[in-house]
Amino acid sequence: MLYREAGDFKTSYAADQQTFPIKSERYLFWAFMAFTFLVVPFIADDYWVNSILVPLLVWSMVALGLNILTGYCGQVSLGTGGFMAVGAFACYKLMTGFPELNIFIVILLSGAVTAGVGVLFGLPSLRIKGFYLAVATLAAQFFLVWMFNKFAWFYNYSASGQITAPTRTVFGIEVTGPSAPPWAAYLACLVLVFVFAWVARNLTRGRIGRSWMAMRDMDIAAEIMGVSPLYAKLSAFAISSFYIGMGGAMLFSLYLGAAEVTEAFGIEKSFSALFMVIIGGLGSILGSFLGAAFIVLFPVLLKNIMVGYFGWPTDLAAHFQIMIVGGLIIFFLIVEPHGLAQLWRLTKEKLRLWPFPY
Amino acid sequence: MSPVVLNLIETILNGLMAGVMYSLVALGFVLIFKASGIFNFAQGVMALFAALTLVGLQTGQVPFAHLINAVLGTNLHSFGWTLPAFAAVIGTLLVMVLFAYLFEALVLKHLVNQEPIILFMATIGLAYFLEGFGDLMWGSDVKTMDVGIPSGGSFWWEDVTLGWVAEGSDYYGMYIDRLDVVAAVVAVVLVIVLTIFSQYTRMGRALRAVADDHQAALSVGISLRTIWVVVWSIAGFVALVAGIMWGSKSGVQFSLSLIALKALPVLILGGFTSIPGAIVGGLIIGVGEKLAEIYVGPMVGGAVENWFAYVVALAFLLFRPQGLFGERIIERV
Repeated sequence: MLYREAGDFKTSYAADQQTFPIKSERYLFWAFMAFTFLVVPFIADDYWVNSILVPLLVWSMVALGLNILTGYCGQVSLGTGGFMAVGAFACYKLMTGFPELNIFIVILLSGAVTAGVGVLFGLPSLRIKGFYLAVATLAAQFFLVWMFNKFAWFYNYSASGQITAPTRTVFGIEVTGPSAPPWAAYLACLVLVFVFAWVARNLTRGRIGRSWMAMRDMDIAAEIMGVSPLYAKLSAFAISSFYIGMGGAMLFSLYLGAAEVTEAFGIEKSFSALFMVIIGGLGSILGSFLGAAFIVLFPVLLKNIMVGYFGWPTDLAAHFQIMIVGGLIIFFLIVEPHGLAQLWRLTKEKLRLWPFPY
Repeated sequence: MSPVVLNLIETILNGLMAGVMYSLVALGFVLIFKASGIFNFAQGVMALFAALTLVGLQTGQVPFAHLINAVLGTNLHSFGWTLPAFAAVIGTLLVMVLFAYLFEALVLKHLVNQEPIILFMATIGLAYFLEGFGDLMWGSDVKTMDVGIPSGGSFWWEDVTLGWVAEGSDYYGMYIDRLDVVAAVVAVVLVIVLTIFSQYTRMGRALRAVADDHQAALSVGISLRTIWVVVWSIAGFVALVAGIMWGSKSGVQFSLSLIALKALPVLILGGFTSIPGAIVGGLIIGVGEKLAEIYVGPMVGGAVENWFAYVVALAFLLFRPQGLFGERIIERV
């Protein structure tokens, strides 16, 4: 039978606790992964890779990071754009400073640099809570963007203030740079996102994830029970910033190829990351992906419909687009405040009982 | 007095005036937060929308002209009338009340009892929606606003200050924008009116009751929905005032909505729940920003005003996490 627990016997604790407890779900997941790894690189054309798949993966990484901080640890952050900028500029400096370094190592190191910066800007969270903290994280956003604009060392004194990704290869195939084939960037993103989504899933259900959730649900009670707020909050900031920094590095090196800090990492990026997390579902790994998909794909779809189908002028379409996105965000919040992930959860519950709901 | 001292005084005065302008925006935030616990991110866009509507009504623009022209192929632009400023302000107020009513009926009603972050996100959604809607309705070109507020430097004050320095020194008098003076007066009047309203009228008492405890207010027969419409209308009114001031100062355009970002540090510095806090916070941030621009800016290469206010606010928050005048945060398990 489709989607039933019947006949799927668990004989160990590990089997009982696995991410996909139902057999058909497990098969579906691996089939989907095989499709994304083995089929998509061959069938996707430039347009699909560059304007849909790669941004989707990059933003999923960012949303994963923000979900760890906001969804699991309950600290609302509006500094995402600034932390992405740290990742991107760290990536640029490492790529140009150490040309022989593998691009994957560079991206991981950029994440590590961002984690350090994140801890620094996370320090106020020990004293400030709620919306006061959210506004305080805006300080990180504005300060970091200003810093990368102001000090020419960060962009190697280039005249335009832009950073441009040099060409780097993995196994002899160009991954970054202007002449890299799109599927290579796609695969590189996919590998990173796959590995780190798995890491995030296991972090959040382990000891550290539980301490974050305790902190989110009630920080004072958690502290009384022996969860150290210093450790829990700062580790959430560090790991979240690590993901966001990697996302920024990927955005710069694998997706855009060149970036200008105020344009690529402005405050509106912080907001769209927060939208992804909220619309996808706070405290859900799947939600990060669904939210990113919604926020990345929906404007593309709207634009295609209005400009391509109705033939409206682009500025009019842009106004409509922002209006519809805003309206839809409100709509989703009203219909399902716990996000798309919750809708999926409910669907699964219904599916398990279907066709006899009682 | 020596010109150096006078320059310092000029800087501080201008900072205070700029601070008042920030306070005007922050006031709208405080009103809504006090009454409903919602952190209304759309306050800046509401100011923009109010200013756009005011200019549109005044100059007799056809709403949605661009859209109508694109769909029907017509060539509409203007009704060909100009309204007096007073009538346009009344018209805009009506639009803002209608907006408050619709927002309550379509959105807030369905989001009762949700977590604060969900409501916060809803207001960001509203900010996006209003931004697109305002542009769609009135067009996105830069408009000038003229409702008869004097602007430009005050020559009288320049002459007075010129008399304070010794003859022959290299000093040209103090520059004070008359618009800023008007804004300061308006802000003072606004705060007095709002205080009287909330302390001495029946509706004001109901507002404070709702702010204190939603359930208790409901149980003594206060209609939460009416209160919310009233609060959002008042916030719309404050947004209109801020929109007029900022619009007269720097033109009506998209960047007007970004003043919300300027008002946020004012807000956390003064405390989310305090009207005097919004004013004092604004003054501190305004002066701090102007002083930093002159004395710190050159050291690090300028353009510090984007983040300086946030850093100041953050420094204050580390000592008082609820802001200077905010209600003490008491937490229980």
